[in-house]
Amino acid sequence: MDTQDKIREQLSADKVVLYMKGTPKFPQCGFSAKATQLLGACGAKYTSYDILSDPEIRQGLKEYSNWPTFPQLYLNGELVGGCDIMIELFKNGELQKLIAKAMG
Amino acid sequence: MIQPDDIKQMIERGLPGAHVSVTGDGHHFEAEVTADEFTGKSMLQRHQIVYQALGDKMGNEIHALSLRTQAPGE
Repeated sequence: MDTQDKIREQLSADKVVLYMKGTPKFPQCGFSAKATQLLGACGAKYTSYDILSDPEIRQGLKEYSNWPTFPQLYLNGELVGGCDIMIELFKNGELQKLIAKAMG
Repeated sequence: MIQPDDIKQMIERGLPGAHVSVTGDGHHFEAEVTADEFTGKSMLQRHQIVYQALGDKMGNEIHALSLRTQAPGE
């Protein structure tokens, strides 16, 4: 299975998926930590993947999503954005709505 | 180490006519970009357009770039 298929499989396995540096308990980057805080504040149940321990997925994601940095948040397999966009959406109450809708 | 001016020029080359201002400390940067190309685009698409202009610098020399993107008149 090539990397793009693996990514598709990971994205279809859960409604809310976060690719980050490190793990929610041990984030390895301030932006990834912020993303997990925001998801926590939204009460989101999500699957997270540590791209530091999977360089293939890390490289594959850059092509898959045309987004070069991490974290990357996906709702129902669609890229929402990185930390910047999550903060912006959270500020105007959009992130909470999007996540509630995605979790169904 | 990459400088704010380098980033500014790359964005301006990628988005001719855009108004660009960049600050930063060599790792983390902030950029404000106003460009016609952003009209009618979502925040995600706007950021992707800027990342395109920065090519492989994004995620490598540029560890973090926080963006404020506007279309003219916003």
